[in-house]
Amino acid sequence: MSDESHVTEADLQAYADGRLPQARRAVVEAWLAARPEEAERVAAYRRLGQEVRAAYEAMLSEPVPERLASAAVRAPQLRRFAAVAAWMALAAAIGGVAGWNLRPERPVAQAAPDTTVIARRAAIAHATYSPEVRHPVEVGADDEQHLVNWLSKRLGVKVRAPKLDEAGMSLVGGRLLPGDNGPVAQFMYQSQTGRRLTLYVRTEVARNRETAFRYARENNVGVFYWIDHDVGYALASADLSREELLRLANLVYKKLES
Amino acid sequence: MDEGKRLVELIPRLRRYARALVGDRATADDLVQDTLERAWAKLHLYRRGTDLRAWLFTVMHNVHVNRVRSARPTDVLDEEMPELAQRPTQPDALLVRDLDRSIGRLPADQRAVLLLVTLEDMSYEEVARTLGIPIGTVMSRLSRARDKLRIMLLGQPAPKLKVVK
Repeated sequence: MSDESHVTEADLQAYADGRLPQARRAVVEAWLAARPEEAERVAAYRRLGQEVRAAYEAMLSEPVPERLASAAVRAPQLRRFAAVAAWMALAAAIGGVAGWNLRPERPVAQAAPDTTVIARRAAIAHATYSPEVRHPVEVGADDEQHLVNWLSKRLGVKVRAPKLDEAGMSLVGGRLLPGDNGPVAQFMYQSQTGRRLTLYVRTEVARNRETAFRYARENNVGVFYWIDHDVGYALASADLSREELLRLANLVYKKLES
Repeated sequence: MDEGKRLVELIPRLRRYARALVGDRATADDLVQDTLERAWAKLHLYRRGTDLRAWLFTVMHNVHVNRVRSARPTDVLDEEMPELAQRPTQPDALLVRDLDRSIGRLPADQRAVLLLVTLEDMSYEEVARTLGIPIGTVMSRLSRARDKLRIMLLGQPAPKLKVVK
C-alpha cells in the first residue's frame, strides 16, 4: 500500500496518531499540503489528543483508593466465602461454635480449654469479616472516638484501639460481635496493600489472670492471643506470617500497656 | 502472586480510563473495583506471558458493557459534572471541563475507541481485540469520535449535514 497515492480516512487518523510508516507518511503529507482544510482538521485531531491526555493525566499520580488496592491483591470473593464456609463446618464439627450457642456456659464434651477458645473465635470472626470489601466494619475509623466509646460501653470495660500505623497497619474500624461471655469487640486494620489484621477483644470470666502470648493457627488464620486480667485479646490475620503477626502482637501489647 | 502485583500497578491506568469513560469518579472507581474482582475470578483464563494490560482492559470493557446494560435506562448525566483532579497550575480548568463533558457526549462505543487510542496509546489492533470489533470498525469509530469532538469543542459546523441516529 506504500506506493498507493490514494489517501484514506484511516490514513489520516493514523497520521494524526503518528503511526504511519515513513514512506506512507510522506504520501499523506504531500496530499495534505494540497488540502489546507484537511490539514487543519488533522492538526485539530492532534491538538485534541494532547488536550485529552493532559485533562486526565493527573489521575495517574493520584493515590489509589484503599478499596481498589485491596480488590487488586485479594483473592476472589467466592474462594473466600468457600473458606469461611469450610471454617464454619469445621468449627461446628468440633463443637466450637458455642459463640453462637444460646447456653455457652454449658460444658461441651471435648470442649477446648478456655484460652484456646478465644483463638478459635477470633479466627472465625477474622475469616468472616476480613474478606468484606465494602462493609468490613460497622463503625469506621473516621469516628474512632465514637467507636471506642460504644464498644467500651457494650463490653463494660475500657476498650482501646491501639495505633499500629508505625507497623504499616491503619485502623479501618470496628464491630460488635456476640461472644461466650457477652459482647465482643473486633477492630480491623489494613495495610496499604490490603493485608488485613483483626484484634478480637473480649471480657474474661476468670479474672486476675495473665497469660503469655500463645500462637494458634486455624485454617489459614494465624492468631496470637493473651489474657490480661479481665480482658482477653486475640490478634488474627490470614495475610501475615507468624513473625509479622508476633511483631504486631508485641506492638499491640505495648500500646495497650502504655 | 506476580499478577497481583501487576494488577496493583495498573490501577492508576484503569482509573484514568474509567474516569474518562463514565464521567464521574465514584462510578469510575466502582467500575475499576468490579473489574479487579472479575479479573481475580477469571485469572485462570489469562495466559501468562501475554499482555496483562490488554487483558485487563478487555475485562473492564466487558464489565462496563454489562453494567451499562443493567443500568436504569433513565440514567442521565449529572447536571453538575464532578471536577477532575487538576494540578493547581493547570491553567484551563474550564477547557478541561468542557473537554470532559464533550467526551461524555460521544456515543459510548466511539468514546471507548477514542480513549483507548488516545489515553492508553493502544495500537488499532489492540483496540480491536480489546473491544472485540473488527479493525475497520475501530478506524471508523475513531474518525467519527474525533470529528464530533472537534465540532463540539471548536464549534465548527460539520462540512456536510449527516443524519445521526
